[in-house]
Amino acid sequence: MFDLDKWHEIYLTLSRNKLRTFLTALGVSWGIFMLIIMLGAGKGLENGVMQGFGDFATNSMYVWTDNTTVSYKGLPAGRNFNLNNGDIDLLKRNVPEIETLAPRNQLNGYSEGNNVTYNNKAGTFEVFGDYPDMMKIQPKKLMQGRFLNDKDLKDSRKVAVIGKRVYDVLFAKDENPIEKYILINGVYFQVVGLYNTAGTSNMNARETEEIFIPFSTFQNAFHYGNIVGWFAITAKPEYKASMIEEKIKNVLKKSHQVAPDDDRAFGSFNAEKEFGQMIGVFSGIRWLTVFVGGATLLAGVIGISNIMLIIIKERTKEIGIKRAIGATPANIMVQVILESVILTFVAGYFGLVAGVGLLELVAWGLVEFEVEAEMFSNPTVDLGVALKALAALVVAGITAGLIPAYRTTKIKPVEALRAE
Amino acid sequence: MGDNKLHVLKGIDVHIREGELVSIMGSSGSGKSTLLNILGILDNYDSGEYLLNNTLVKDLSETKAAMYRNQFIGFVFQSFNLVSFKNAMENVALPLYYKGVSRKKRNLMALEYLDKMGLRNWAEHMPNELSGGQKQRVAIARALISQPKVILADEPTGALDSVTSLEVMNILKEVNQQGITVIIVTHEKDISEMTQRVIRLRDGVIEN
Repeated sequence: MFDLDKWHEIYLTLSRNKLRTFLTALGVSWGIFMLIIMLGAGKGLENGVMQGFGDFATNSMYVWTDNTTVSYKGLPAGRNFNLNNGDIDLLKRNVPEIETLAPRNQLNGYSEGNNVTYNNKAGTFEVFGDYPDMMKIQPKKLMQGRFLNDKDLKDSRKVAVIGKRVYDVLFAKDENPIEKYILINGVYFQVVGLYNTAGTSNMNARETEEIFIPFSTFQNAFHYGNIVGWFAITAKPEYKASMIEEKIKNVLKKSHQVAPDDDRAFGSFNAEKEFGQMIGVFSGIRWLTVFVGGATLLAGVIGISNIMLIIIKERTKEIGIKRAIGATPANIMVQVILESVILTFVAGYFGLVAGVGLLELVAWGLVEFEVEAEMFSNPTVDLGVALKALAALVVAGITAGLIPAYRTTKIKPVEALRAE
Repeated sequence: MGDNKLHVLKGIDVHIREGELVSIMGSSGSGKSTLLNILGILDNYDSGEYLLNNTLVKDLSETKAAMYRNQFIGFVFQSFNLVSFKNAMENVALPLYYKGVSRKKRNLMALEYLDKMGLRNWAEHMPNELSGGQKQRVAIARALISQPKVILADEPTGALDSVTSLEVMNILKEVNQQGITVIIVTHEKDISEMTQRVIRLRDGVIEN
C-alpha cells in the first residue's frame, strides 16, 4: 500500500540537511560507480584479448622442428631436420586424440620483396600451403568464392584464396577477382576465393594480407618436396591440447631419430595453455574487482549507517512524541530502515547509471573514433550484474538501517520528551 | 526503567473517576511528572497497581503500551511537542495514522477538530508559524482526535501568558464537560483552582 505520509517524511528527513545527505550518498554512489567501472574495464580487456583470438580454435597447438641438441643413434647434435608428409599419417594413427591435423608451409614475403603480381600491380604477402581443414582452426569470413577443398589438394590445383588487403593492393576497385590469375613467385594461380577476417580489431587486419594455396600445390610449385613447415593441430573436445602435446612430440621424436630427452628439437606453441592462463588472469581481475569495489561499497554503506544514527539522535524528541501518541517501536523501525534503503538505493542507482553511462560512452567512443586499442574492446557490464548490484544495494540499505533502527527501540518516550 | 531504580513516589493511593477534572500540584521534585508518566504509560513502576479503565497496566511491552496510549490517552505537553515538519492538520491527524486510518479520512477528522479549536484557517500552517496558544490548541486537538478516555496535560499553560492560559483552561474544561477525564499537572495555583479536585504531592506522597 502506498503511504504518502511515509514517503513525504523520508523526503523531508533526507532533505533537511542536504549537504550531509549528499556527501553520505556520494560514498555509496562512488562505491558502486567504481565497482561498475572496474567490472566494465575488466570485461573490456577480456573482450579485447578474446577478439584477438577471434574464432581461432583455442584448443589447438602448433609444432615445428628446431635443431637437435642431443646426439642420438650416431647422429650429431645440432642436426637440422624437417617434418614431412609421412608424419601426417603417423600422427593420425598414433595420436587418436587429434581432431584436426593440418600440415602447413609458408613463403615469407617480407624477406623476399614483392612476391605477388597481378597485371602491373605488385605486393608483398605471406603465402601459405594449407589443407582445407585449416579453416576449422583459424576460421575466415568468406566474402566471395570459396575456400580450398579436398579436390584442390588431391589434384594439386593451382588455385589461391586471397585476403581482403591482397585484393585491395592488386585489384582495381570493384574488379571481380574470381577466376583471375595472379603470379606468386613466378607461378600463376587462379583466384577462387576472397576472405576477410572474422574479428573486427586492427590486430586481425594482418590476417587479410595472406594468400592460401593447396598444400600439395605449394610443395610442388615451390620445390618443397615432402617437407612440412609445421603442423597445426586441434584436440578433440574431450581432450586438452596441452595434454596431447607431449604425446605428439614423442611420436615425432621416434620417427625423426631424435633423442627422447631432447626437449629443444621441437618447437611448439600451445594455444590452449595460453588461453587457459588468460582465462585465469581475467578471473583473477574479476575477483580483485569485486573485492576492492565491494570494500569501497561497504565503506559507503557504513557511512549511511552512521548518518542514520546521527539522524535518530537529532530526532529523539520527535520519535518520543510519536511514541507518546501511539506509534509502536515497529512503526519507527520501519521508517528508519526505509530511509536507509531509499538513501542507499537512490545513491547506488545514480552511481550505477553514471558508471554504465561512462562505460557506454567509452564503448561508443572506441567505435566512433575507431580507436586502435588492441587490448580493449566493448567495455560493458551485463544487465544481470547491474541488477544484482541493485539488489545488493537494497540488502545493504536494510543492513545499514538495522543498527540505527534497533537503537530507536531503546528510546523511551519519557526520555525523549524530557530532552528539551 | 532499567537498572537504576530511583524511588520518587513513595506510596500513592488515589482513585480518579471517569469524567473528573483533576489537577496534580507539587513543587519540582515532588514526583508529579513521574506520576503523570506512569498514568500515561510512558514509564514503568516497580510496585503497586495501576488500573486504567479497570485494566491492570503493568510491565507492558512497548508495542502494547503504544496501543493503550493510542486508544485511551491523549497527551498535552508544556512545550506543545508538535512535529515540526508537519502542518497543523497533519499533526492533529498523526494518532489516527498509527491507528491505520486512511489519509483522506483522518485529514477530514483533523480539520473537524481544528474547527472545534477555532483553527480551521490555520490548518495548513506549520508549527513555527503559530503562536503559543494556537500550538497548544493544535496539541489538544491532536490529543482528542483518537477519542481517548483520559487527557493528560503536563503543565499545559506553563509556556503561555495568563490570557492564553485562561483560553486553554477553558478548552480543557469544555473537553471535560464532554465526559473525558482530564488530569492536569501544574504548579500554578490559579490553574489548579479551576479544577474539581486538587491532588497535592510532596516528596512522593499525597498530602492532605
